[in-house]
Amino acid sequence: MLDDFFTRALVAAVGVALVAGPLGCFIIWRRMAYFGDTLSHAALLGVALSLLLEVNTTLTVAVVSVIVAVLLLFLRRSDTLSSDALLGLLSHSALALGLVCLAFMTWVRVDLLGLLFGDILAVTRIDIAMIYGGGGLVLCVLALIWRRLFAATVSPDLAAGEGLQPDRTDLVFMVLTAVVIAISLKIIGALLITALLIIPAAAARRLSSTPEQMAVVAGLTGAASAVGGLYASLHYDTPSGPSIVVAAMVLFAVSLVPGGLIVRRMVSKTRGDRP
Amino acid sequence: MKQPDLKPESGPGLAPVSLQEPVLVRLERAGIRKGADWLVRGVDLTVSPGEIVTLIGPNGSGKSTTAKMALGILKPSEGRASRRPGLKVGYVPQKLAIDWTLPLSVQRFLRLTNPLSDAQCRQALEQTGAARLMKSEMRTLSGGELQRVMLARAIARHPDLLVLDEPVQGVDYAGEIAIYDLISEIRSSLGCGILMISHDIHIVMAAADQIICLNGHVCCRGTPSDVSKSDSYHALFGARAGTALAVYEHHHDHVHLADGQVRHADGSLCSDCPGDHHDHTAEGHDHSMDGHVTDTTGRDEAGKRKDLGNAG
Repeated sequence: MLDDFFTRALVAAVGVALVAGPLGCFIIWRRMAYFGDTLSHAALLGVALSLLLEVNTTLTVAVVSVIVAVLLLFLRRSDTLSSDALLGLLSHSALALGLVCLAFMTWVRVDLLGLLFGDILAVTRIDIAMIYGGGGLVLCVLALIWRRLFAATVSPDLAAGEGLQPDRTDLVFMVLTAVVIAISLKIIGALLITALLIIPAAAARRLSSTPEQMAVVAGLTGAASAVGGLYASLHYDTPSGPSIVVAAMVLFAVSLVPGGLIVRRMVSKTRGDRP
Repeated sequence: MKQPDLKPESGPGLAPVSLQEPVLVRLERAGIRKGADWLVRGVDLTVSPGEIVTLIGPNGSGKSTTAKMALGILKPSEGRASRRPGLKVGYVPQKLAIDWTLPLSVQRFLRLTNPLSDAQCRQALEQTGAARLMKSEMRTLSGGELQRVMLARAIARHPDLLVLDEPVQGVDYAGEIAIYDLISEIRSSLGCGILMISHDIHIVMAAADQIICLNGHVCCRGTPSDVSKSDSYHALFGARAGTALAVYEHHHDHVHLADGQVRHADGSLCSDCPGDHHDHTAEGHDHSMDGHVTDTTGRDEAGKRKDLGNAG
């Protein structure tokens, strides 16, 4: 079944979206959209490094993203720059640095468009294994830290004051985000990963009345946009990443119109008995 | 604001803490520096079980910073902060910024840091007069409602130490007195220590065992009547501050019930208010909160009122 490149891309994209949804909820609850952007732009630097050192791309991207995330955590704590300016600075520096590095390596032929916007032709079985292995791990860890992370999201001071050690949870959360960025790079591309984190989560907001429900709905919305986007990409010969993002945006728009009310009612009916 | 003298402070009215009694939280010469400036410096503070310690002071005087040091949210850049091992804290922070994208009901918020049954949630909300908000969305609450919900969350944990950062901001006047009454009540029922921050010197004064007046350093401390007589307190809060005690510790001779009736000190009911709300001239009267009568008729102490005349 996985012999067909399109099936592989489909399976991979759905896997990525299912993990990105719940994580994306935390990104928007914590107002960290720009932070996600910075990490995903840093992914390009990771790609350049992996080509230079001839090591596995996904792993290298994950490691580079984690390093950038930790760096951000420290810089933010020292309060030297506003975190908005800091993120903008790091985000675009990382993107530019990655592109410059790639240009220097004349001996490797890189499909730049594929890196920036995703390439469904490039998905291998190993990628799928990475996505489901890594993604499953991310979801497990997320479930484990859920209560603490959620408390820290509502109020870091409150969580710290009541002994939940939000600093540690924040660090774990950043590592999880970095992993998700690494595994979604091939499908979505460095420029648009944040969109897959944010848009399905935003679409889920109108359809959910509890945080847990929103996380699940975000995953499902993401998966639906992945399927829709990839079919559109195949049909119209458009790049996969932007197609998935456009599909997600359409779903978000649908969640806003009064018709969304019907969906909301359906969702609350099927989940109404749960607190 | 710097305090050159690092000699330990020994305020005149420092509440005596017996050595056997386990202190919940202790700050010793603690201070926090941000860049080149000291936010607050040289604070000594202890809170024991059953004790209410109130921090007062102008804006930017380091009240919240001191509370955060006590809680362990901020590490002191100087001095020491220690908490009793295994201390269970209930914290009401000064601000709560919840993004509109976060679906969070009041009930879910109450369960934020520990699991509670529906009945426990309801009971805590009833205590703070917010029971009808149980299913509301957090972001639709008004300022006063939010305070009541945050207080309910903190007390539902049955904490050893309750830290309240401006617990009555945005709460209406009648609700404010009811909440301060509730805080004293919680102190006696749970036996927990309470560290409270307030701008509202008028009402705080009566409820606290110990008041610490901050202005970048400890400017004065002691029991409410000590502090209200202190010169530095008057310098900080101005002439009106002296009347603070009098305003609160007036005696209510009747209570307005939720159904519009009025109950008098002797227990008799009548349908309208006699107009003269008190047995002396201070302002304010006690409307019951959310249908629950906050009866203050047991509070009369003639001797105390005589003192107040002097304090004013």
